[in-house]
Amino acid sequence: MKEYTLSDAVLVNRYIQGDEAALATLIERHKQRIYSFIFSKVFDRDISEDIFQDTFIKVIKTLKRGKYNEEGKFLPWVMRIAHNLVIDHFRKGNRMPKFEDNGEFSIFSVISDSDLNAEKQLIKEQVEEELRNLIQELPTDQREVLIMRMYKDMSFKEISDKTGVSINTALGRMRYALINLRKVIDKNNIVLTN
Amino acid sequence: MAKFYFKNARKKDEAYLQPQEQTIDFLLNYSKSLNVIEVGTLQFETSLN
Repeated sequence: MKEYTLSDAVLVNRYIQGDEAALATLIERHKQRIYSFIFSKVFDRDISEDIFQDTFIKVIKTLKRGKYNEEGKFLPWVMRIAHNLVIDHFRKGNRMPKFEDNGEFSIFSVISDSDLNAEKQLIKEQVEEELRNLIQELPTDQREVLIMRMYKDMSFKEISDKTGVSINTALGRMRYALINLRKVIDKNNIVLTN
Repeated sequence: MAKFYFKNARKKDEAYLQPQEQTIDFLLNYSKSLNVIEVGTLQFETSLN
């Protein structure tokens, strides 16, 4: 087991007093343990290097601002900062799209065409056609309300004005139109999916 | 019975797992350049180039 001539507490105190060499000793003493801890979480040398650097930048700022409470726990404190920065790193990673640099870069791993391809477009058209045929099977009053609401995008107030029935009646017809559509779909085992 | 001897891989890994010298140098230089000035209750950071 290694024995140090000066404890962490003494070195921290010296650093706060302006002895820059004390910081070099502290970093040298704990660098391997802190770096290994970070690497064990992120498994990437460059990212570990960045987090290690950010950890000590926080340590330096806190010590220089005189906001460090010496309780003889320098290393656990630094480890806690490193741990928090590792968590920040993963949080940031979840928010940002990224690609793995494995030598086979494909631009499509970063961007993609959100438009439907030819096959999906065809299926969509078929589904819509089948649905239109099913709607024709509904009673006239229900079909009328459903077409005005879904295809003409009219409000129930507008439907009520146009058909001369109350809003509640229009709502009821819409409800029955959907129930009846589902019944026909279930009865005939029709699959309406994209 | 034959004895098996293995290289201690752990020690090698431990030696390998440490930050680069340039990172340490950067931190030490950053520390030297950073100065915190107190004005009343406020604190300002200045960095000398």
